[in-house]
Amino acid sequence: MPGLSEATSEGSRRAAADGLSGATEERGSIAREEAAHSPEATGNGARGSAAREGAAPEAPRSEREAPGIPRLTPDEVVARLRDGMTIGIGGWGSRRKPMALVRAILRSPLRDLTIVAYAGPDVGLLAASGQARRIVTGFASLDSIALEPHFRNARQAGTVELTELDEGMLHWGLLAAAHRLPFLPIRAGLGSDVMRVNPQLRTVRSPYADGEELVAMPALRLDAALVHMNRADAAGNGQYLGPDPYFDDLFCLAAGQAYLSCEQVVPALAGPPQSLLVNRAMVHGVCETPGGAHFTACPPDYGRDEEFQRRYAASAASPQAWQEFRERYLSGDEAAYQKAVAAGDPS
Amino acid sequence: MSGTGEPARADVCVLACARAWHGDGAILASPMGLIPTLGARLARATFAPDLLLTDGEAHLLDSGGNVEGWLPYRQVFTMVAAGRRHVMMGAAQIDSRGNQNISCIGPWERPKAQLLGVRGAPGNTVNHATSYWVPRHSRRVFTGQVDMVCGVGTDRGAVDLRVVVTNLAVLDFGGPGRVMRLVSAHPDVEVALVLRETGFDLVVPAEVPVTPLPSPAELEIIARLDPEGQRHREVP
Repeated sequence: MPGLSEATSEGSRRAAADGLSGATEERGSIAREEAAHSPEATGNGARGSAAREGAAPEAPRSEREAPGIPRLTPDEVVARLRDGMTIGIGGWGSRRKPMALVRAILRSPLRDLTIVAYAGPDVGLLAASGQARRIVTGFASLDSIALEPHFRNARQAGTVELTELDEGMLHWGLLAAAHRLPFLPIRAGLGSDVMRVNPQLRTVRSPYADGEELVAMPALRLDAALVHMNRADAAGNGQYLGPDPYFDDLFCLAAGQAYLSCEQVVPALAGPPQSLLVNRAMVHGVCETPGGAHFTACPPDYGRDEEFQRRYAASAASPQAWQEFRERYLSGDEAAYQKAVAAGDPS
Repeated sequence: MSGTGEPARADVCVLACARAWHGDGAILASPMGLIPTLGARLARATFAPDLLLTDGEAHLLDSGGNVEGWLPYRQVFTMVAAGRRHVMMGAAQIDSRGNQNISCIGPWERPKAQLLGVRGAPGNTVNHATSYWVPRHSRRVFTGQVDMVCGVGTDRGAVDLRVVVTNLAVLDFGGPGRVMRLVSAHPDVEVALVLRETGFDLVVPAEVPVTPLPSPAELEIIARLDPEGQRHREVP
């Protein structure tokens, strides 16, 4: 796939040669090892033990701290990312997007990113900032505003590349990557111009009696994944409390390193076990960011901030409007953003 | 507006959309847009009681508005692949074989207008029943060749293209070689107008029927589903 072959390490260049997606396992495992030895990891143990309250008998503190993953700030998450990476972003459209992490990317010098997403304002912002070189998606929408205006501008100006896939193909590519398969067969795409605009896509014929020809959807391997949940514990288990898990677990499993931001880190996760979408084996860092999905929807904690989203959409009207929006909301840190949002409409 | 006894154009369109799901049984109806949504809900309230409908999020709602099931996006994709779905999508462009474009206008490499993207249209059209809703029937939409084939047409492997409902008419793919054919024109719509607003040759039967009018009972249901009359803003 064009642009899925652009990650930075040797492994990805090898993968690129066969025309499939290119993020690497090696990068992820290195990052994970670094993470385990980072200073943040040692600060994690106390919170980790709280999560296991009530478990008897008590293990020695050092043992309980051992599997901990680091608690990170959004900027620390972004410090672990590199130019040219393929980054998957969870959520869907303008729903439960890890916006605090996206905002941290906007503050960083990261560039040449390939973004894989069911695209919403995450993609719009990174297209507007020029940090996304390529988008891999089936759409870009703000849901209540049908078209993502910054993505639209970038496409029409020719400033961002696109790998355009059917929504189901994107799902299948993530599933293939999560399952460490080179591809998965799917009907979606056959006969459509998705095949024309992605000339690297191949079909495969069923080896069984049906002999059906299917699209061989290549694995969408990711260097990193960013997802936002309602709750997490310090160990890195994440819980969604809204109606839809979207594909956040697959994004995490498809990635060499996965970062989970959440509304709240709690001592012990409560509620139905099937709401525990991601577990600590899928996650390399946890980040508590109250309001971290703003302005996208994060039910039941909060709905979409429609008024703010309209303001965001209006910022695509001209370069000056974008500059003003960026200065007002995106020039400081996450706390400054939340404060500016709380201050209300300036106009 | 209704009230004079004569159904409004929007009401005719709602019923025409509803009839697309006639006889579908217990499958997922996925209407895109207001009038198709009213159509699907009217269909379930009358002749297609087994249809499954979502709230636009992950809940399946029964006819009383109660949650009867859970259908997150991943499960929608499974229903798509299983073929247990009938979608009614929009179309920025559609050609005589039903190839549909919702992605972009102009060259794909650098479009004049970026629209939605292909969304699920390629997968929908090769997996299950598909219909279209076009609120403004024009030559810009009904065009000889679409700029980006999203939903595939009858010449590219569509499994089950049903109807195209517009503000002027109902069409299907029953013409020779499965090309688009005029099924009916809405009340007070001249066939000549439909032909003028279509950018390719339509197959036209010798006698063009008038699109069926909703009954008083159906009008009552439509009014109940859309008490503020938003449908009249989509189709005046």
